[in-house]
Amino acid sequence: MAGFTVSKFGPPLTISLLTLPVLAGIFGTILPAFGYLPALGGTQFSLLPVQMLLTEPGIFRSAILSLVTGLVASTIGLVVVLLFLAAASPKALARMSSMISPLLSVPHAAAAFGLAFLIAPSGMIARIISPEFTGWNTPPDLLVVNDAMGLALIAGLIAKELPFLLLIALAALPQIPVRQSRQISASLGYGRITGFLITVWPGLYRQMRLGVFAVIAFSTSVVDVALILGPQSPATLSVRLVGWMNDPDLSLRFVAAAGAIMQFGVTLTGFAIWLGFEKAGANILRIMAASGTRFADDKALRIVGVGAMLLPALALFGGLITLALWSISGLWQFPDAWPSSLTLKGWSGASERLVAPLLTTLQIGILASLISSLLAILCLMREDETRSGLGFVQRHAIAIIYLPLLVPQAAFLFGLQFMFVSFQIDGMFLSLLASHLVFVTPYVLLSLSDPWRAMDRRYLRIAAALGKSPWQSFFKVRGPMLLKAILSAVALGFAVSAAQYLVTVLVGAGRLTTITTEAVALSSGGNRRVIGIYAFMQMVLPLMAFAIASIIPAYMWRNRRGLSGS
Amino acid sequence: MTTGLTLQNITIALNGHALIAGNWHVQPGEILTIMGPSGSGKSSFFAFLAGFLDPAFQASGRILVDGVDITLKPAHQRHLGLLFQDPLLFPHMDVAGNLLFALLPKIKGKAARLSRVEDALNEAGLAGFGPRDPDTLSGGQKARVALMRTLLSEPKALLLDEPFSKLDTNLRAQMRDIVFGTAKRLMLPVVLVTHDEADAEAAGGAVIRLSL
Repeated sequence: MAGFTVSKFGPPLTISLLTLPVLAGIFGTILPAFGYLPALGGTQFSLLPVQMLLTEPGIFRSAILSLVTGLVASTIGLVVVLLFLAAASPKALARMSSMISPLLSVPHAAAAFGLAFLIAPSGMIARIISPEFTGWNTPPDLLVVNDAMGLALIAGLIAKELPFLLLIALAALPQIPVRQSRQISASLGYGRITGFLITVWPGLYRQMRLGVFAVIAFSTSVVDVALILGPQSPATLSVRLVGWMNDPDLSLRFVAAAGAIMQFGVTLTGFAIWLGFEKAGANILRIMAASGTRFADDKALRIVGVGAMLLPALALFGGLITLALWSISGLWQFPDAWPSSLTLKGWSGASERLVAPLLTTLQIGILASLISSLLAILCLMREDETRSGLGFVQRHAIAIIYLPLLVPQAAFLFGLQFMFVSFQIDGMFLSLLASHLVFVTPYVLLSLSDPWRAMDRRYLRIAAALGKSPWQSFFKVRGPMLLKAILSAVALGFAVSAAQYLVTVLVGAGRLTTITTEAVALSSGGNRRVIGIYAFMQMVLPLMAFAIASIIPAYMWRNRRGLSGS
Repeated sequence: MTTGLTLQNITIALNGHALIAGNWHVQPGEILTIMGPSGSGKSSFFAFLAGFLDPAFQASGRILVDGVDITLKPAHQRHLGLLFQDPLLFPHMDVAGNLLFALLPKIKGKAARLSRVEDALNEAGLAGFGPRDPDTLSGGQKARVALMRTLLSEPKALLLDEPFSKLDTNLRAQMRDIVFGTAKRLMLPVVLVTHDEADAEAAGGAVIRLSL
């Protein structure tokens, strides 16, 4: 190939971006966890931080809460996706998949607020059924949100994980001969669900596996959702870590570092337990298949499967509508289901304070999504150029892409933050942008690589035969033909960036705030109008990105039938 | 100077197993036909000539066009015209856009380029089709646009990969006449990869038969 190509730099740059911060961050967490952090006077290694951590009241309960809520949410999420895929008709599947992008783009914090506004004792559901069915004229004294068992947290996690799990399942499904397997198992008399479980699921799960582990890592270490919906005394481990990290008492930073290592352990324990679940599941499947039991009559379970998928989707939409309503409500007394007046007073009051975080959100989100899309394109171009089976985004590299999603954020972000502080680059725009790139790039790469590879290569060969260089061919042929996929990847990148909470809080160091960090900070205050405004902004921004991403190609190719479907 | 397409000491192997080996020369206006079942290596042969052979294959030998060695040139510097079994018109460009994209940059000026494209459409019996969305054309019309697109890039040889196999019988004979006739008229050496004995017969040149 003709000597110098820019795309050569794509893979090494991307690999460094995805691995170095994680490795440096883990290293930077381990040192202070064992007492070494010269900036804060820790010049000797000691076990003191670990001992201090272990004497924190309820620390083990916190760790177990993180582990159990995360695992239960992941398990339920996966089972629902399994039942839904097994039960859904192709039409229901298509309908659901068209809803994935908007559902996926709702930031976790906004979804959690929506759910809280819906299920709280004074929430929308209680208002709709009161006082007619319940007799409640004042909100009942029940701890629904922030319950000690973490049930609300689990519900919130499931609602946000389902779209992601469904997305990776639908991405893997075309590589599996689903229709033939279904026909064969049906002709042998197997019920729809049993047939799917035995013939399709094992192959499908293998493809989804890293994504499932990413979900477990996320759920066992989530901060923003747990702050809003999770138990409070004690809170989950991740929430307490952030508390220590932000405590004015600087000596607690050491405890936070030790806690971050514990968090790493919690997530690894989650992985280990999940490996056990995988083995058990495989055994059950083998026994089921060998027994020849048909379970032909599975109608009830099929209804459960479709219903269980619909419920979180409805809850998300219902919650978001409630949020929007609160942001423009005047007086709204319990148990009224509709505010007594609507007003934009809240918005005009908040608008001045919204500007700075909004600008930061937009700047970081737009730059991070564009840069990561460029990196993704360079990597994929390189994969084409080398045309080897060892292309960058191929098999073994997929683990690298997933790395920032598999290591719990708290475990390496603390270390990264310590390093930023040591070099005095914390709270700077470029540091925040670079940190966001670590989390945005995996999603952009995953989202773009399928349509990129699925494009008929012969178009590019024809362009080459017409004398066009690889770059001409990209700008004139591949880029335009993949315009929709590229813009969707950019929009997803923006949504991911806008939703980042922990990284923004830590690296932004209070000097750079986004709509998401402001919204979560408001959660303890409990002012529903203000929360409604911020959470509404949170969900509108990514939706606008997706809207732009679908309007541009629809307009540009309005007279091009061959591209309207793709 | 030798004219035509010269294939010197060509070998293509996969995992040490030779698929193809030999020497061929295709005179201007002649057609070399390669036949064989799938997996016999005819697609690899095609890919080797066009410049995008998968590195899993080991290939050696030299490809010369009118005496110029193009073996080490990247695909976009080989000046070979490709036709596949699908017309593969770029779906985001109109018909004229597809042809303008192919037309060499040495023809300068918007008006001159457009008029050259209009001539090509006339020649293909598609006068006035320039602004059309390619997806609204019939199969035969698309095939003719694809041929014109290839010719406008002024290739030094044509490589055809089962170019007629997706057309229905009537259209197939018609397209075959047009493509082969054009190649003869323009004195282009042609390499044709096909399953169809009728293609080989109509081509009238040498035939390489590959087996598994």
